[in-house]
Amino acid sequence: MNAVTPALKTTRAQSIRTPSGIEIWHVEDYTVPVLSVEFAFLGGAAQDPAGKCGLANLLASLMDEGAGALVSQDFQEALEEKAIELSFDAGRDRLDGSLRTLADNAERAFELMALALQMPRFDADAIDRVRAQIISGLKRDESDPGSRARDRLNALAYPGHSYGRAADGVIAELTSITREDVVAQHAKLFARENLRIVAVGAVSPEMLARLVEQAFGPLPKAPTLVPITPITMQNGGTREIIDLDIPQSTLYLALPGIARKDPMHMSAMVLNHILGGGSFTSRLWTEVREKRGLAYSVWSALAGRAQSALYFAGTATSNERVAESLEVILHEITQIARDGATAEELDKAKRYLMGSYALRFDTSRKIANQLLELAIEELGIDYIDRRNAEVAAVTLDSMRAAGTRLFGDAKPLIVVAGRPQGL
Amino acid sequence: MRHGPTVDHFQLANGLEVVVIPDRRAPVVTHMVYYRNGAADDPLGKSGIAHFLEHLMFKGTDRHPKGEFSEVVAGLGGQENAFTSYDYTAYYQRVAKEHLGAMMALEADRMTGLVLEGPEVLSERDVVIEERKMRTDSDPSAQLQESLLATLYVHHPYGTPVIGWGHEIETLSREDALTYYRRFYRPDNAILIVAGDVDAGEVKALAETHYGPVAPGNTEKPVRTRVREPEIRATRKISLSDAKVEQPTTQCAYIVPSHSTAPGNEAFALEVLSQILGGSQTSRLYRTLVLEQGVAVSAGSWYWNDALDMGQFGLYAVPSEEISLEALDAAAEAVLATLRDDRVDAKELERAKTRLIADMVYAQDNQTHLARIYGSTLTTGGKVEDVAGWIEKIRAVTAEDLQAVAAKYLQPGKAVVGHLLKAA
Repeated sequence: MNAVTPALKTTRAQSIRTPSGIEIWHVEDYTVPVLSVEFAFLGGAAQDPAGKCGLANLLASLMDEGAGALVSQDFQEALEEKAIELSFDAGRDRLDGSLRTLADNAERAFELMALALQMPRFDADAIDRVRAQIISGLKRDESDPGSRARDRLNALAYPGHSYGRAADGVIAELTSITREDVVAQHAKLFARENLRIVAVGAVSPEMLARLVEQAFGPLPKAPTLVPITPITMQNGGTREIIDLDIPQSTLYLALPGIARKDPMHMSAMVLNHILGGGSFTSRLWTEVREKRGLAYSVWSALAGRAQSALYFAGTATSNERVAESLEVILHEITQIARDGATAEELDKAKRYLMGSYALRFDTSRKIANQLLELAIEELGIDYIDRRNAEVAAVTLDSMRAAGTRLFGDAKPLIVVAGRPQGL
Repeated sequence: MRHGPTVDHFQLANGLEVVVIPDRRAPVVTHMVYYRNGAADDPLGKSGIAHFLEHLMFKGTDRHPKGEFSEVVAGLGGQENAFTSYDYTAYYQRVAKEHLGAMMALEADRMTGLVLEGPEVLSERDVVIEERKMRTDSDPSAQLQESLLATLYVHHPYGTPVIGWGHEIETLSREDALTYYRRFYRPDNAILIVAGDVDAGEVKALAETHYGPVAPGNTEKPVRTRVREPEIRATRKISLSDAKVEQPTTQCAYIVPSHSTAPGNEAFALEVLSQILGGSQTSRLYRTLVLEQGVAVSAGSWYWNDALDMGQFGLYAVPSEEISLEALDAAAEAVLATLRDDRVDAKELERAKTRLIADMVYAQDNQTHLARIYGSTLTTGGKVEDVAGWIEKIRAVTAEDLQAVAAKYLQPGKAVVGHLLKAA
C-alpha cells in the first residue's frame, strides 16, 4: 500500500507571515480565476456569557450587516456588485469566516472584509432584524425531530457546562442580548493570536500577505477568552424520549469519544469507519438498512469538541421499529468491542480511507477547509503528506484497544424524538 | 468569448452520448451516468418507481452480485451515490483517475445486467418508505410543499412527488422495477459525463472498451410522453395546519416556461428576474418586506428552470410576529406588481447579472458541480453549446425583457398560494 498517493502532491501549501505576525497557509493556483479564503477565530458559542445563549450566533450573523460608512444595504450591495461572497458562522469552539471572490476583485473583497472585521456597525435595526431571523429559525427547529434530539442530548451530556447549551441560542436569552453585549463579544473574540487562516487560489504570496495584513493586522493581538473546562460526557446509561406526534423517530446515541490529538484517534477512526462511518459498506449500514430495511440513514462518527470528545451514532426509523433498530445498533457495538474487526475489513477500510483522501482536495474551498481544520488541530502544514501513513499504521490490535476504550464499558446516552414503541 | 474548460462531446456506436470536462488540478475524476428518465416518466399508479429503481441499482448483477458494486468502489477509495429528479436519474462515482476504467466497467455492467431477488426488493422498499417518512411524513413544511406542487400541476406528473405517493410505493414490485429498467436503462438513453484529470482521447478509448459492448436495446428508443397542463382559471389557495408548527410561512408558485420550453430568451429573463426579485439580501422582496416594511423576517424567490417541460417560479416569506399570512401575501404581490409595471434600473440589473455570471465562474472550481450542470442540461432538452453560451444570453437580458416576463407569467391569481399554520 502506498503511504502517500501521488494525488496529494498537488496540494502544496506554504506558510507565509504578515508583518504583524499572522501566519497564513497558502496554496497558490491560477487554474481558475477564483480566490477562496477560510478562517476561524478560536472561541465560539462556548464563550457566550451566562444568560446570553446565542450571542456568538448573533454576532456572526451581524458581521456582514454593515461596516464603516456602509449601512447593511450598502454593504450588501457593495459585495454583490463584485459577486464577493463573505459569510460568518459561529460554531461551538470557533467563529468561522469565509471569503470567496473572483481573482480580479481580490483587492475590493479584502477591503470590504477589513471594514467588516474592524468596523462592524451593529446598527440597532440590523440587530433586531437578525435576532428575529434567528428566533424564527429556532422556532422552526422545534418541530424538527433531529434538532430536538440533538439539543436534548447535548444538555444531558454536558449538564452545567457551556457545551450543554444550544449553540444557536435560546429564544428567551436572545431577546435579552443588547448591542453592548455584541460589541463586547466582538472585541473579545476577534483577535490575531486566535486567528487561523488559509487561502487557496489565484493570488501571489506577496499580495496575499499584504491583503491579510490590511484586513486582520489592526485587530487586537490577543483575544479575551474564558477557559473552557475539559469535560467527559455525563449521564451515560440515560434514555430519554421527546414526545413528538410523527410516524418516525429520530434516535441519537452518544458515548465518550477519543480526541483528535489522542494517539488512539486514528485507530478509533478506522474502527468507526468499519462500524458506521463508511457510508455504503459499514456494519451498521449492512445490518440496519440493507438486511432489515429499518432505516434510510444510519451512521456513527467521532465528534470533536475542543474540550470534550464524543462518539455519536444515529438513525431515523418507524416508531414501531425503534426498539428493533436500537437493539441491532447496540448489538453491533457490543460485537465489534468484543471481537474486533476482521483483517479483511481493516484492509478494505484502509484502502478506502487512503484512496479517497485526495477527493477532499478537488476544489479551492475544500482544500482551504481541509487545511483550516489541520491548522486548528495543530497537526502541521505537512500533515497531508503524513496522514495516509498514519492510516496505514493502524492494526487489528490498535483498533481493538480503541474499541475497548470506546465501547468496552459502554453505557450510551440515548435520546429519541418521536413516538417510539417498546422502549 | 468562451468560458470555462473546453468540453468534448461525442457518441458511441450504441448511442451512448459522452461528455468530457477537463479539470487538471487534482488527479481525480468524477464519473457520472445520466439516464433520460425520471419521476415524471413513472407509469400511472407506479409513482416512485424511478426513485425505487435507483435504490435497487446497487443490489447487484451476475458479474458483481450482492453489494459488490459498493465494495469495489470503496476498495478503490471511491465515493459514490445516485439521485433521481423529475426528468433524469443519475449515478456517480468520484475516484482517483487511474480507477476511471474500473468505474466504467461497473456502471456499464449494471446498465443492462441488474439482477433482483424478491426479499431484497421488499426490504429496500421498506428503506424507501422510511426515507419518505423522514423527508415528508415527519415534516409539516415538506407536506405543504408536496401539496402545493400537487395543486399547481393538475395534470402533469411534476405534481407527483419524486419519491412517490406512500400508498403507491407500498405496492411497487420487483416486476415493476424490472419492467421500468428494461424500458429505460440502455446506452441510447444515457449520457456519460467524465470531469477531471483526463483528456477526451483517454475517455473515448475507455468508454469504447467498457460501454461499447453494451447492446443498444432491441426495441425502439424510449419516448417520453408528457401531457400538457390545461389552463386553470380558478384561484387556488391551500393551507396546512399542524400542532407542531411554531413558525408559519407562506409561499406561492407559478407555472412558467423552462429553458427547454421558453420562447426566445424568456428563461434567461426569468433567471435574472428571480435574482432581482428574491435572490439575495438586496433583492426587492427582502428590501421591501424585511427591511422597509418589517412584515417578514425573511423572503425570497426561486426559479426551477432546468425542466424538460414547463418550469416553476415561486416566492416565499416568513412573517414577523403578529403579521398575518394574508397581509404578507398582499405585500409580496405589491412587490411583484412593481416588476410588472416598471422597468428595473440599470444598476440593479447589472448587479443581478454579475452575481449570476460569477456563479458560473465559481462552478469551474468544482468538477462535480460542472458535471451536474451538463447532465441536467442534456437530459432536459439542452445542448452542450447551451452551457457555454449561457453567460452571453444572461448578459443580453434587458430591463424590458424582465418586465415582459413578469407581466406575462406572474399575474395575480395565477399562482397557487400555500400557508403553513399552527393548528389551534
